[in-house]
Amino acid sequence: MPDEMLLEVTSVSKRFQVRGQTLHAVENVSFALRSGETLGLVGESGSGKSTLGRTVLRLLEADAGRVVFQGRDLSRLSVSELRKERRHMQIIFQDPLASLNPRMTVGSAIEDAMIIQGIASRVQRKMRVNELLERVGLPLQAADAFPFELSGGQQQRVGIARALSVRPKLVVCDEPISALDVSIQVQIIELLKDLQRELQLAYIFISHNLGVVQHLSDRVMVLYLGEVVEQGSAQDLFTNPQHPYTRVLLDSILKIPSSSAERRPLVTLPGEIPSPFHPPSGCPFHPRCTLAYERCTVEKPILQGPTTTHLTACHLAETAISQ
Amino acid sequence: MAIARIAVNGVAPARRRSQLAMAWGRYKKDRLAVVGLAWVILFLVIGIIGPWIAPYNYATTNFLTANQGPTWQHIMGTDNLGHDMFSEILWSVQNALEVALGATLISFIVGVALGLWAGLKGGWADMVVMRLVDFMFAFPTFFMDLILVTKFGRGMGPILFAIGITGWAGYARLIRSLVLGMRNGEMVEAARALGATQPHIMRKYLFPNVMNNMIVALAFGIPGDLTVMAGLSVVGMGLRPPLPSFGNMIAAAGSNMLGYPWLMYFPAGIFALTLLAFLFVADGLQEALNPKGGF
Repeated sequence: MPDEMLLEVTSVSKRFQVRGQTLHAVENVSFALRSGETLGLVGESGSGKSTLGRTVLRLLEADAGRVVFQGRDLSRLSVSELRKERRHMQIIFQDPLASLNPRMTVGSAIEDAMIIQGIASRVQRKMRVNELLERVGLPLQAADAFPFELSGGQQQRVGIARALSVRPKLVVCDEPISALDVSIQVQIIELLKDLQRELQLAYIFISHNLGVVQHLSDRVMVLYLGEVVEQGSAQDLFTNPQHPYTRVLLDSILKIPSSSAERRPLVTLPGEIPSPFHPPSGCPFHPRCTLAYERCTVEKPILQGPTTTHLTACHLAETAISQ
Repeated sequence: MAIARIAVNGVAPARRRSQLAMAWGRYKKDRLAVVGLAWVILFLVIGIIGPWIAPYNYATTNFLTANQGPTWQHIMGTDNLGHDMFSEILWSVQNALEVALGATLISFIVGVALGLWAGLKGGWADMVVMRLVDFMFAFPTFFMDLILVTKFGRGMGPILFAIGITGWAGYARLIRSLVLGMRNGEMVEAARALGATQPHIMRKYLFPNVMNNMIVALAFGIPGDLTVMAGLSVVGMGLRPPLPSFGNMIAAAGSNMLGYPWLMYFPAGIFALTLLAFLFVADGLQEALNPKGGF
């Protein structure tokens, strides 16, 4: 490895106990991330994307596996050490309004982040608030507004400014654009990209919008029922998808055809994601997979791949390689 | 109003007024609430200075002037023992305020403490507190008040305590549900992600968001306790005469209604207006304290 990894996640699992049953939210996920890189997390609702994002930040405790951030195992940190470490890892939420305190003005919400981390003096904090507002494209008067007085896009800018106020190295973006209008989505994405370039941020970008993930990510991980079905560089994954599920996902991207020849029917995936309480035997995707055969129902495919960077958990892809 | 705020350039204008000033601005628009507040303030002032401005002592009996209608000497008439009704009412206001405020405060403190504990701790603590709340709601609390008053006497202290200790369940349930709703919400998660400590989250995120609801609950609670206190008098278990109270006066007037109706008009009328005033104030507060209410 040329330079040090910012974040290394090894075999992380997260299960919830719900009324005596075990919900397998995230199963055995591993990845690594460098500064300035973006990892895209893709999957449908209930596939464990958000849970994984929160487990990485130790907002949820992992049941198994290790998260090493800046060379330190997060699960070994004491509560107060973890609090200090949080300065370097932040999160942006899907619903910015719900994540902001309705009784705090925008300015004090951003300032509070710095107060919590004990950064800077009072005067410096005020200056930094103005700096941040300007940087995320909000007028300075917005500091005196309450969150509900702003539009959705502006609220998300506040969320971004608050996350950035403590100068993090890693930001988990938990579907930051899915609650916004399309025109605003583009603005926010461009803002996130610019900030990444300027500040060398590492992103974990959670989304079910594949187009956005392709646009933003260096590497992409496709989750299904909490398990990684395919991971690789964005380019490999989008141009040469190996897993049937990834292919279905890619086919589901809506494009405006430029000619009638390009017009094709939409391929839909039959059924719904199975219950995470009782994951199917073998490959988690086999009940919905059009290519599944007996082996898929009994044996769980291992994550391996054509190259060391492009991995797939599928028996078909595996046989294709060995031949 | 909210639309007007999201101004042309899409951002609210610079704020020159505090949240409190804006709340007052919203409150002022509700006429009934303003009138109610004036009455409540008058009630409070009389509660403090009433005994000094009362022309007669509440215990002074004068059989020569018993059962008089309103005259210049006794502007609200006299009862069957010759007590001056106006003075009685002035004293009653003080007693009513002491009991109502004291009892509400007791319920409130117990309720908030238990509700916060249940909401934040969850698990068995929540379970125990909520079953207690269920019990308090299912049990006829007025009956409990009667038992407590019978046991501990009909003085100011025991009545205050009895009403207070039976009225906490509503507050506990309110606070608990508010805290529970926020505890697992994204706002608290965001604060945790920033590295905030539990006390910091309580102080700057949870407390400001439950405070308004608590003020409104208090404003609704005071007239409730006033009613319970009067109710105790009506069944003969209220403040022991000659201590004057609205309940006593109304109960005594009932039997004399046909002969001396002013004995009913004045205390019952003032008492009813007071209850209404408190309710209007509570209603107004509910509107005014909603930060999303515009200017």
